[in-house]
Amino acid sequence: MNVVIIDYGAGNIKSLQFAFKRLGVSAKLTSNPEEISVADKVIFPGVGEASSAMEMLKNSKLDLLIPTLKQPVLGICLGMQLLCNSSEEGSTKGLGIFNTEVKQFSTAVKVPQMGWNTITNLKSGLFKNIKEDAFMYLVHSFYAVTNAQTIATTHYDLDYASALQHNNFYGVQFHPEKSGEIGAQLLRNFLTLE
Amino acid sequence: MLTKRIIPCLDIKNGRTVKGINFKQLRDAGDPVELAKRYADMGADELVFLDISATLEERNTTLEMVLKVAEHINIPFTVGGGISSIEDVDRLLKSGADKVSVNSSAIKNPELINALSKKFGKQCITVAIDAKEIDGEWIVHLAGGSIPTKLNMFDWAKEVESRGAGEILFTSMNNDGTKSGFANSALAKLSQSLNIPIIASGGAGTIQHFVAAFTLGQADAALAASVFHFNEITIPDLKRELQNKGIPMRL
Repeated sequence: MNVVIIDYGAGNIKSLQFAFKRLGVSAKLTSNPEEISVADKVIFPGVGEASSAMEMLKNSKLDLLIPTLKQPVLGICLGMQLLCNSSEEGSTKGLGIFNTEVKQFSTAVKVPQMGWNTITNLKSGLFKNIKEDAFMYLVHSFYAVTNAQTIATTHYDLDYASALQHNNFYGVQFHPEKSGEIGAQLLRNFLTLE
Repeated sequence: MLTKRIIPCLDIKNGRTVKGINFKQLRDAGDPVELAKRYADMGADELVFLDISATLEERNTTLEMVLKVAEHINIPFTVGGGISSIEDVDRLLKSGADKVSVNSSAIKNPELINALSKKFGKQCITVAIDAKEIDGEWIVHLAGGSIPTKLNMFDWAKEVESRGAGEILFTSMNNDGTKSGFANSALAKLSQSLNIPIIASGGAGTIQHFVAAFTLGQADAALAASVFHFNEITIPDLKRELQNKGIPMRL
């Protein structure tokens, strides 16, 4: 299987590559549009700040390519947030795949949220063999507001969308590559999606 | 609900774990990957590797170790010890570390925190603070706690937060190694005055000490070394007991 991780200079992807390697899959890091277009599965990672990540996507014209992809695409953490309409972080527009906004947690809670929290209201094949209230590892200061495309929610400060899906596009706020065996199961599920 | 984290800490020198580690089941108690895997399997929520290497060569061996840990371990881990530049952090993150912890270099050059947070994101920048209560005032110490500074711990913690730290690892030198419990009132004061997570360190001896760190001390995570390495407290027992006491745990 041909799995690619989109390389646009945002963040640490070593753990992701290793997570796929543990599943017996070699995930190639690339910014080449042709390679991304023909891949069986595309991972859209991201760590860092939303507006500068958006700038990096624009500079490489990947902002135009990503919305045209037809194969299963998985946005992780900031990758998921960039697939939304907009983010309060650096007041940036997103790629508009997920019809929702990304907002900052209030100061009623510690920010960033850091650690293991549960995912509930699981709704997609992405969560096959994963139970309600399974634990995933999260590190983030901004969250996606729940909408009709929400396929998992998590509670911190409020109930927010910890996973989203629109057609072939999937997004998860948590880090499956760092979420133990359950995270590995989610990646396995993603690899089997049509 | 976000759960409280239990974090074993491993000392690393020349790419190997050092100090006493007593797991009869391990083939090689000095192998960081084997030990990390064991802790991950037992339910550790995160791991911290503290690099106590003295030479550059030893540090390069640590980088290779970080790469191996990242390859085999599927929970987050932090690397600390001797980090003083953007390049140091870049190398560690590229080798697969999820977070880095800076200490003395941040005291000597506070701007480093701003620079690291801007470049890598606050989520991966932990600032470690070693402090000792002297005549009723908590004083920050340098170089593994051996040199006192003029910094008040609570002022420094505030500054660290405003400069972009994502988390604070607070070690009480009064408590460290005593197995008499964590510095709960200082922890609670930190937790109330800051809006980033606080990791409690120094003083773990019994399960009750962890309970107190999370209740009285309001810590977000607790770190310990020897009680785990010597099997005095096992992580599954600890987490079950904490859960029974109403502290949210990932079980």
